[in-house]
Amino acid sequence: MLVEKVRGALRLAALNPAACALGLTRGMTLADAQAQTPALRVVVHQPDADAALLRQVLEDFGRFTPMAALDGETGLILDVTGCTHLFGDEAGLVRAVERRAGRIGLAVRTALAGTPQSARALARFGRSGKVYRPGQDRDAVRVLPISALELGEKDQQALTRAGLRTLGDLEDRPTAALAARFGSDLPVRLGRILGRDDVRITPLRPRAPCVVDRILFEPITETTDVEAVIGDLLVEAGVWLEQRSLGGRAFEVAFFRLDGATRRITVRTGRATRDASGVMRLFRERLAALSSPLDPGFGFDQLRLSVPVTQTLMAAQPGFEAPSTASRDLDGLIDRLTARLGPEAVSRFEPVESHLPERAARLVWAGRRESGTPWPARDPESPPLRPFQMFDPPQPIETVSLAPDGPPARFRWRRVTHDVARAEGPERIGGEWWRRPNHRTRDYYRVEDRDGRRFWLFRAGFYGDDPEPRWYIHGLFA
Amino acid sequence: MPSTYQIAQLKTRLASLSRHETGGEPERFLLGIDRVDAYLDPGPCLFCLHDIHARTAADAVAANAFALGMATCATRERPMVWVFQNLAGQEAGGLNGSGLHEWGVSPENVLIVRVRDATAMLAAGEEALKSGAVGSVLMSGWGEAKAMSLTASRRLALAARAGTSTAFVVRAASMSAPSAAETRWSVGSALSTGLEAGVPGRPAFVAALTRSRQGAAPAEWTLEWDRERRAFCEPAPLSGRRLPVPVPGSAAARGLATGLQRTG
Repeated sequence: MLVEKVRGALRLAALNPAACALGLTRGMTLADAQAQTPALRVVVHQPDADAALLRQVLEDFGRFTPMAALDGETGLILDVTGCTHLFGDEAGLVRAVERRAGRIGLAVRTALAGTPQSARALARFGRSGKVYRPGQDRDAVRVLPISALELGEKDQQALTRAGLRTLGDLEDRPTAALAARFGSDLPVRLGRILGRDDVRITPLRPRAPCVVDRILFEPITETTDVEAVIGDLLVEAGVWLEQRSLGGRAFEVAFFRLDGATRRITVRTGRATRDASGVMRLFRERLAALSSPLDPGFGFDQLRLSVPVTQTLMAAQPGFEAPSTASRDLDGLIDRLTARLGPEAVSRFEPVESHLPERAARLVWAGRRESGTPWPARDPESPPLRPFQMFDPPQPIETVSLAPDGPPARFRWRRVTHDVARAEGPERIGGEWWRRPNHRTRDYYRVEDRDGRRFWLFRAGFYGDDPEPRWYIHGLFA
Repeated sequence: MPSTYQIAQLKTRLASLSRHETGGEPERFLLGIDRVDAYLDPGPCLFCLHDIHARTAADAVAANAFALGMATCATRERPMVWVFQNLAGQEAGGLNGSGLHEWGVSPENVLIVRVRDATAMLAAGEEALKSGAVGSVLMSGWGEAKAMSLTASRRLALAARAGTSTAFVVRAASMSAPSAAETRWSVGSALSTGLEAGVPGRPAFVAALTRSRQGAAPAEWTLEWDRERRAFCEPAPLSGRRLPVPVPGSAAARGLATGLQRTG
């Protein structure tokens, strides 16, 4: 018995069949129920925990079909079009679902029909566990009581008083009259439940173009076995992709554990590929580099490989001369390093149209095609004008200058004093007033100290400003 | 007892089967300065490992730049991978794309891989060397690391040979450790030959060859980097430099290398 607090009184929220047999009903206050049957086992109703459990069951039941969705707060809808071959036939699928739910400890009512709404009505208000052939579900729905429409109290009472008991009675009435009396919502619902309209469900995850499953009769725990199964799935997916001249850009493996936990691992590639061994290497890297390693628990009993992102990939006919595979090898290296270290770690510099030195170049993922923006031209006669390594943010320094507008004669950075031997500047770089209006204009100086080290210093602000100008070091030259 | 003729035949067969193992001279690249190249007879070798140490912690940038210079000489057009330890970026600053461009390298050819520690750096470096897709791999580390052992350096050397890439390991703020590198260098910054009006000149280094497997005795040179030739050169002032130059990115400098220049 689950109790919840409703408007200040503890009322019964849910009952088990034994309690129903004793005559207790939902909504009855706990005091009344306890007066009727003193020996009651009562547990507080926790809707959040229930919702979390339902979501977990939804993820787990993803093993039956990739298209699964929540149905209210107490049910799931699974679109099993094309998935029944994995379990023998439709009856086998229903039995597998019931077995699985029983193993988790849930009591369920199931029904398999042609449309989502008729299946829902048949499961809740009809006999549980039946599989309805394409013509049979309409006949079965017709004998359901009108409470299967789940209308409000008043409409239900009105229909009962009119003498309409079953959905069959409603169907025989002209729809115009029903719509006039009860609103146009009623005929629409009726049509959906009877199977005339087929409204697809919105699954939790969009279905990938290519989905390959492997159900294991004996659950596996060893990494080598897992990798072997993934390899087989990749070969099968490769055949599917090749038949359609497609290549995959992202590959996802879903691991279904015996006890209901699921885990999904994705790898991406820079270039569309069908090569099973190459993608296998990426998966191996990714599995080895996971921050929380794959925990098999008591074992995985189903693995599913899906290819959510595909691109056209025509089969290439290699010529007689050895083809240049250099760019392909580089792309493979980028994919492997990305699988191991993550995409932020593997990058390339790209120029940005900005005169601010900290924005003039940015790191983008190495697999992206080059944008084609050119780097600014270099003067052949001058030494490098931009530092080899740069600090972000610039670090403050203390300086001693000979002239207010000139380069420093001596400066102190990280507690070491440097005597300036040579200097060039100022190079004035203003701020981007449209982005940061308070950015102070900087005068950059390229200085070299007595030991031969070269620094890039700047002064932010002008003398006479309020607040005082500050000196910083922005980078180090080679 | 097989005859001398049969032994000689066997040797030529083995030499033709293996690539670099027995008999053949390892291929080399030139650094660009005659006296250094002649000393190294005739230059550091390709497809092997070179160690570069920064003389002091403050010379880390110089060591990185010297290694990049060597790598540029070793791989003219092929892509490069630079595995950079995050700690090195915090101590001496992160790599700067415009800086690489000003150095003379095309940044599209350089793949930057940022790693957290020395073990990841060695693993990524080995992966890049073995792939055969890149010309050289630089690895920049900071500080002592147990992972940088003799075994690790041998693995890098083997991976370099297998993948026809050259490996350069740059270490800063750490003691020299035994390693299987072909050449070991200790690099520091040097005063550049100034241009007119006391302006700092080209990047200048003091490079000391501390160890060479070919048997060359330790020696020290002062070098400068010439970015137009993309090679090292003798310290000498730039010819025909006029100051100041237009600010890079301004209309005068964009697109035309020979823009208007003012003197004085």
